Amino acid sequence: MELKDLKFTKTHEWLLIDGDTAKIGITDYAQHQMGDIVYVDLPEVDDEVEIDESICEVESVKAVSEILSPVDGTIVSINEDLEDAPEKINSNPYDAWIVEVKVENLSDDIMSYEEYEALDKE
Amino acid sequence: MAKKTPLYEVHKKLNAKLVEFTGYELPVQYTSIIDEHKAVRESVGIFDVSHMGEITVTGEGALNTLNYIMTNDFTDMPDGKVRYSLMCNENGGVIDDVLVYKMNDLCFLVVVNAANVDKDYKHIQNNKLENTTITNVSDFFAQIALQGKDAEKVMSKLVNLDEISKGYYTFTKDVDIQGKKVLISRTGYTGESGFEIYTNIDDAEFIYNLIIENGEIVPCGLGARDTLRLEAGMPLYGHEFDEEIKANEVCLNFAIKYNKDFIGKKALEENKAEFKRIGIELIDRGIAREGCELFDVKGNKIGYVTSGTMNPSNGKSIAMARVNISFNDDKLKVKVRKKELNAKVVKIPFIQK
Repeated sequence: MELKDLKFTKTHEWLLIDGDTAKIGITDYAQHQMGDIVYVDLPEVDDEVEIDESICEVESVKAVSEILSPVDGTIVSINEDLEDAPEKINSNPYDAWIVEVKVENLSDDIMSYEEYEALDKE
Repeated sequence: MAKKTPLYEVHKKLNAKLVEFTGYELPVQYTSIIDEHKAVRESVGIFDVSHMGEITVTGEGALNTLNYIMTNDFTDMPDGKVRYSLMCNENGGVIDDVLVYKMNDLCFLVVVNAANVDKDYKHIQNNKLENTTITNVSDFFAQIALQGKDAEKVMSKLVNLDEISKGYYTFTKDVDIQGKKVLISRTGYTGESGFEIYTNIDDAEFIYNLIIENGEIVPCGLGARDTLRLEAGMPLYGHEFDEEIKANEVCLNFAIKYNKDFIGKKALEENKAEFKRIGIELIDRGIAREGCELFDVKGNKIGYVTSGTMNPSNGKSIAMARVNISFNDDKLKVKVRKKELNAKVVKIPFIQK
């Protein structure tokens, strides 16, 4: 899996699309901004997600961040490793997927790796 | 435009993640809050705390002024001692918590929270008694904190330990470190032994660099400062108390002396405490944060979280909370977003020593 195979959002989520499902995580920029991630409040399988709505919350020592969904769809799988080892998101952000979703619709705003890297990240 | 402390260049060189805090650009972390927190608990860490405020109270009336404005009693205080106090308004609400350093009978140094410097200076100036001069000297001082069980070992490489005071909450002024004069106090906001070193702003970078040459000393930011003080059960203005919260409701009664008159005394005597400060630890998974509501096991609201975090030392979610004084159970519930999580009351400080 290479970064150029992923899609990105301006809110710093990544997607790995495989047929009609997609794995979703947060980018290296996002994990660096958050600092030590200490808790992931995983959603449940079969939960529905909507574009730009919160999928779940990821907590660092200092703050809580929402992961915004880049798709409309239904959660088919959650990464339970993150329950005991949320810090995997810091050490391997592109490996530590958070949820896998069956995709109904993709957001119009998702972008390629080159477009994401070109963003002015404030 | 945020101000820079005298150690700003040091933070940039160490690649600190900087944030604006109380009007200053300060590091929230250098590497990771968890690693910095653990460094202080296991060996030694160094902090830039130059944003703190310093106010001198001098003159024949200094002692009377302090006794009138502060809740603690500074009579019979030896030179070279430090004493913690609250400072109240007429309603007994807490304007700030401070440390008072006695230089001599005519000269005291009051160290105040960075967020409250201007407010505290005005309050002391407006309420001082006769023959007292109040001066805000915050812009002349930098402050470096060296905290952890190895702090003394590090300090021994810079000064002869026999020439500085030994006891907790004591200080020595005019200590010479390679020609620079500093004040070294045995104080801190981490729950570990250690030092707070006051320097002239021009000497701060020199002293900081000199210290870090002397061992594996971890630079620590505001993030770790907060998790450390919380684990040590130490309160923070704006969280455990503020001007609306009465001084007798925060379990700091050791710092309130009713044998003398002080601003707020009447209000505190006439209004019994209705709340208290407790420590809690979550049993269910999650993190209790500031503002989360608390309920007893029957579902009655009993209070709210004033400070909360995941404790880097043991991975547990800990918090300090303000609850009804009548709440005496050992179990409770914390509302974290939509969920009600089980929690238990634990002793403050949270540190296992």
